[in-house]
Amino acid sequence: MSAPRKTKAKGAGNVAHFKSLYVLVGFFYAFLYFPIIVLVAYSFNTGTRAMVWKGFGIDWYVKVFTNGAILDAAKNSLLVGLIATILATTIATAGALALARGGAFRGKGVSMGVMTLPLIVPEIVTAVATLMFFSAIGLNLGLGNLIIAHTVFCIPFAFMPIRARLEGMDTYMEQAACDLYATEWQAFRYITLPMMMPGIIAGATLSFVISLDDFIISLMVSSAGTTTLPVYIYSMIRNGISPEVNAISTVLFGVSLALVTIYWIASKPRK
Amino acid sequence: MSTAFEKSARTRWLALSPTYLIIGIFMMIPLCIMIGISFMEQNVYGGVHPNVSFAAYQQILFETDFDENLVFDPSYLVIIGRSLLLAGIATVVTVLVGFPVAYYIARQNERRRNLLIFLVTLPFWTNMLIRIFAWLLILGRGGVIDAPLRFLGVLDADGSLGLLYSPGAVVLGLTYTYLPLMVLPIYASLEKLDFRLVEAAADLYSNKWGAIRHVVIPLTGPGIAAGAILVFIPCMGDFITVDMLGGAKNLMLGTLVQFQFSTARNWPFGSAVAAILLIFVICNMLLYARFTRAERQRSGS
Repeated sequence: MSAPRKTKAKGAGNVAHFKSLYVLVGFFYAFLYFPIIVLVAYSFNTGTRAMVWKGFGIDWYVKVFTNGAILDAAKNSLLVGLIATILATTIATAGALALARGGAFRGKGVSMGVMTLPLIVPEIVTAVATLMFFSAIGLNLGLGNLIIAHTVFCIPFAFMPIRARLEGMDTYMEQAACDLYATEWQAFRYITLPMMMPGIIAGATLSFVISLDDFIISLMVSSAGTTTLPVYIYSMIRNGISPEVNAISTVLFGVSLALVTIYWIASKPRK
Repeated sequence: MSTAFEKSARTRWLALSPTYLIIGIFMMIPLCIMIGISFMEQNVYGGVHPNVSFAAYQQILFETDFDENLVFDPSYLVIIGRSLLLAGIATVVTVLVGFPVAYYIARQNERRRNLLIFLVTLPFWTNMLIRIFAWLLILGRGGVIDAPLRFLGVLDADGSLGLLYSPGAVVLGLTYTYLPLMVLPIYASLEKLDFRLVEAAADLYSNKWGAIRHVVIPLTGPGIAAGAILVFIPCMGDFITVDMLGGAKNLMLGTLVQFQFSTARNWPFGSAVAAILLIFVICNMLLYARFTRAERQRSGS
């Protein structure tokens, strides 16, 4: 048994303490972050070959931000992400209210299943099914097609944090509002909605990140002129790895990082 | 007090109707159409001939030779087998790595726990394509591993380590991508675990490995099972990792489906493979549901 030492875990002795576990954990985090560090490092490489180090510089960032095709793709990604997020968050908020505040009702389980269906079906299956559906009904709205597809898979991601927030909230405040002669709408508008806001922000951030990062569904559904950033990056990698890929990837990575941090802060339960 | 959503079924269903509408029209109907198309005939110019045919499913097992005889052809079965095998190996590796890590995190104080968990989830929310691309920089020719060896003369100009485009690279990529999905549910069940039970085991002369084996692992079984499902399912249908790290030689179900739509233009066959993938997923979910129900009954009694 290991030498006696203070243990910080709740209510536990030092019985199940494994002294050298932190070595493995260190390797684990290194494994998780090593590729990202490599990518960021290489993005500051001035050489013309993506994988050969020459010197430090921001040449490729300048190239990225003056490349019209990349900027167009970025604009598409932001537009699709923004509209899909607004739609998915609205739909998910209504659904979460019904499911978290509706008590036990018939069809609750089925509704939960429908809500989370996009999480269960493999992305590639969703991608080809959507592609064939749009082609079968002849829907050709350009970015509109992408927005529809993104809204669908963003719904469960918006739903989860909103529902979690609602289930952690008690109904005393709303009760008090109703006792003070607030109408149901007023109670919702001035009490429930502000209280569930952190959940809504978390859900919206999460769907925006998911939309921004989506690749396979966008690849299948997008057409000429509606390329999103990840689809464009993929084609850049396919056509031989240019150092521009490192720079644009680092930018996209930074954006996701910032958004996930917002999500993390918004979804934290308040004490 | 009961909310409006509790009192009135109409309000409830009104609030749920956009979800049903959007997911119903743009997900359920497309899936039905896909299954329908898998029973149709290929149109070589893209699209399908609308007559009932089992050719797509037949193609998975048989190939038509010059005399129009059906000959057994295992090449697609090999792809299905490879998907199961590599996804299975990746799942086992993520359990072996994920469990000790989750265990370590669960034993820290709250502040450190939250930070460590945040660091586990962070890469998961960043772009998967980019993270896999980073592995190309590491494993590829002239990359982080290759270049120093070349410089030292271990590798000559024509030599190659052959790290990329191998089943090993695919397993590495899948493990890397889906590890957080294993750590999180195991951590969730370890966090709820009463570590006094482990002390009790020690009082009964169990050594710590015995306590892990007979107390901790059985009690975190549901977490491990949830993690296994969460990792195995996306591994089976993965596209990016298999495509970028596996190359053309290591096709799996996800890349096979994509190939039918991007290059081969065989919608019925692509749909049939996608339908098979979907069936695997549903079977897994059912197994998992049965497992959790049995688990609940056991702990209930």
